[in-house]
Amino acid sequence: MQIEFEMIDDILIANLDGELDHHTSAVVREEIDKTVEAFHSKHLIFNFGKVTFMDSSGIGVIMGRYNKISQLGGSLIITGCNEYIDRILDMAGIYTIADRVNTVAESIKKLVSKDEEAEGGNEQQ
Amino acid sequence: MNNNNGKNKYLNRMKLEFLNRSENESFARVAVAAFASPLDPTVEELTEIKTAVSEAVSNAVIHAYPDGEEGMVTVECAIDEDRRVTIVVSDNGVGIEDVEKAREPLFTTKPGEERSGMGFTVMESFMDRLEVESKPGAGTKVTMIKNLDIVL
Repeated sequence: MQIEFEMIDDILIANLDGELDHHTSAVVREEIDKTVEAFHSKHLIFNFGKVTFMDSSGIGVIMGRYNKISQLGGSLIITGCNEYIDRILDMAGIYTIADRVNTVAESIKKLVSKDEEAEGGNEQQ
Repeated sequence: MNNNNGKNKYLNRMKLEFLNRSENESFARVAVAAFASPLDPTVEELTEIKTAVSEAVSNAVIHAYPDGEEGMVTVECAIDEDRRVTIVVSDNGVGIEDVEKAREPLFTTKPGEERSGMGFTVMESFMDRLEVESKPGAGTKVTMIKNLDIVL
């Protein structure tokens, strides 16, 4: 499993590549947490586009990152899932805590407009 | 695996035994997928089988032998003429106190470790039958059956 990170403003994109199981999940967890902390990212996008295999270990990884990101007021978006990954995530109710979006570009757009709305709301107060 | 009552003749059988190390999870699922491939399963069926094997073997690796103890995990697989794949994952570990509870979605004995508690639910959903036999101190045996679609 390899992870390639991209940072756009305060949004961290984790592009996962390979197989996500119990064995590889420890590294994924650690790498993402380290990077979120180092770059002070607010939002996190999980890009599953190049994930060739995932079992329920992926659910734990997403839930754990959600707990950290939401504490900092950020949101989680999941993109690029194939049918099986989608089925497993749906089974566990992951889409009640994270949005499912088709592409990385759309995910970024969604997070930016979410933040703009929040800022607009503050100004009116 | 002794329920060969003559009705379903096994085409082939195999047995793997390995240490409870997490890198063996991918070894086990790839081996089972390769073993079942003479039946020409669809990509969908193979993915489902691999995921279910991964769940069962991960459970054994995580739970069977606590405190970093070394132990063996066994994977047996049989394919028969009715395009049925039978997989048995077993260990000689601590066993499960309450199997019914362990099978409930989201139940986990290790909530602090970001475990989802969805392993058995995924196995049930991806396979046609799931049986769990376990007793405290007597190990755990998970039997899964998948009936592959008929090839036209």
